[in-house]
Amino acid sequence: MTDFFISLGMDAGWAFFVASLAGVLLIAFPLMLAVALIIYTDRKIWAAINLRRGPNVVGPFGILQSFADGLKVFLQETIIPSAANKGIFILAPIITFTVALLAWAVIPFDAGVVLADINVGLLYILAISSLSVYGVTMAGWASNSKYPFFSAMRAAAQMISYEVSIGFILVCVVLYAGTFNLSAIVEAQRGHGFGFVNGFYFNLLLFPMWVMFFISSLAETQRVPFDLTEAESELVAGYQTEYSSMAFALFWLGEYANILLMCSLNTLLFFGGWLPPVDWAPLYWVPGIIWFLAKTFFFFFMFSWVMATVPRYRYDQLMRLGWKVFLPLSLIFVVLISGWLMLTRYDEPEYDCVPVSTAGTVTTDGAVLCGPEGNLP
Amino acid sequence: MTVFAFYLFAALMIASAAFTIFARNPVHSVLWLILAFFNAAGLMIIVGAEFLAMLLVVVYVGAVAVLFLFVVMMLNIDFAEMRAGFMKNAPLGVAVAVILLAELVLGMGAYRAGALDLGTPDGSAAPLVGESNIESLGALLYGQYLFLFEVAGIILLVAMIGAIVLTHRENTNPRGHQDIGKQNRRRPEDATRNVKPEIGQGVEL
Repeated sequence: MTDFFISLGMDAGWAFFVASLAGVLLIAFPLMLAVALIIYTDRKIWAAINLRRGPNVVGPFGILQSFADGLKVFLQETIIPSAANKGIFILAPIITFTVALLAWAVIPFDAGVVLADINVGLLYILAISSLSVYGVTMAGWASNSKYPFFSAMRAAAQMISYEVSIGFILVCVVLYAGTFNLSAIVEAQRGHGFGFVNGFYFNLLLFPMWVMFFISSLAETQRVPFDLTEAESELVAGYQTEYSSMAFALFWLGEYANILLMCSLNTLLFFGGWLPPVDWAPLYWVPGIIWFLAKTFFFFFMFSWVMATVPRYRYDQLMRLGWKVFLPLSLIFVVLISGWLMLTRYDEPEYDCVPVSTAGTVTTDGAVLCGPEGNLP
Repeated sequence: MTVFAFYLFAALMIASAAFTIFARNPVHSVLWLILAFFNAAGLMIIVGAEFLAMLLVVVYVGAVAVLFLFVVMMLNIDFAEMRAGFMKNAPLGVAVAVILLAELVLGMGAYRAGALDLGTPDGSAAPLVGESNIESLGALLYGQYLFLFEVAGIILLVAMIGAIVLTHRENTNPRGHQDIGKQNRRRPEDATRNVKPEIGQGVEL
């Protein structure tokens, strides 16, 4: 996009700035629209599974329900509890919302359609998603109220627990793809299964990792069955209890933006991102962004489906699942997958390590790790 | 542009570090500390060490600081009492600060004298071996420094096991123990029964 603005006769620096700004807006506005519609979709799916009608009053099929809700909260009065820690109380929803938007900077929607194609993309996602706990924790603490505080404590413990296993799952994907760049990870999935299935899920070693990633992403976004932070039967509305008006809406939007992010990560890491499901030429006629959005929506449907069918976990069960089941399992799979890759790809040229001695700046005493020309000590 | 970003990050970092010390509320202190971590990550990105920057955010902001915040929020700290202990601990604090400053000065001196090979003149952070940060770090850690790296790993493992052993308590109370497998094996048939009581008669429990 920078080239386009340069062709309009702009200076390179300004062109980059304007292009970045345009890219941010091009991602943020459709994302907000998508969040509004996905809330509606969520309620519709949930209602259909419960044999109800769901929202059907505002607009055709009730499609404008989210916008009506948005207008409603916008017109409400903002109430700040007198005992609240005012600065942090206001900061918390802003952080939740901003962090939910930040991570989208590195998501590739199609080949080359990405705002920041950085080579540590996956780590960036991990770093940003580990921040989302702050919004919840700060909200719970600053409210100076018991239930939000319990909710904040639960959220902090839950998100840290599941981030550990998510980290190991991502390591497995990175080992297979050989890169941290999200676009390159998607490209690595082209023809992964028997040369024609695009996606890491079609792999006996990575499919269990996808199942665990999906469940962990439910826990990470605090969706049912892991929504203990806002369990209404125990904690009123959790950390949002004291919030009203736009602050509440920001939590709401941030939560759904995070859910969409996790759905798109499922798509990108295991289901081939913008690539069609199988590596067959006619399917490439469909634009990549359509495939990406269709897959993301499929995962969102699964999120809704789980929400409508599965009862809530108990907190100790949640912790047990995270620490005693997912963590050891993912650790075992990291070992298994790296062993398998050592066995099968040891001789492939792209997995040759550059011998340390060739760089010139670092001296080595013969301890070169791998590669045909590297001699193991 | 880079210069502007450097001064922005550096100034914000120093300011937030100062606020970390001077904030009256410990929770605010932790939040300022997190801001300082962020600006440190920004500085690392400027010198081209993007992997370390991300690692700093993931490890320190994402995990360590959350635990700090967790603990500080739960403890009900008496601020007045903390202030009262300030003069008592001041000499120790000053001593630690002086040692840290001396180390920094020594390190910078060694770097200026050319004894350390810290990077290339164009500002990239590490002796580059691979194409990216991650590759060069990996090649160094798993190549040249493999044994040191593994020793560090083993020390961390021992520390973890030690912490578990120190805090582990054998639960002797049979009621306090849950057998998850037993809970999962329990079927509705074992726990419920269908009865059709006569009118006027209760259910036998």
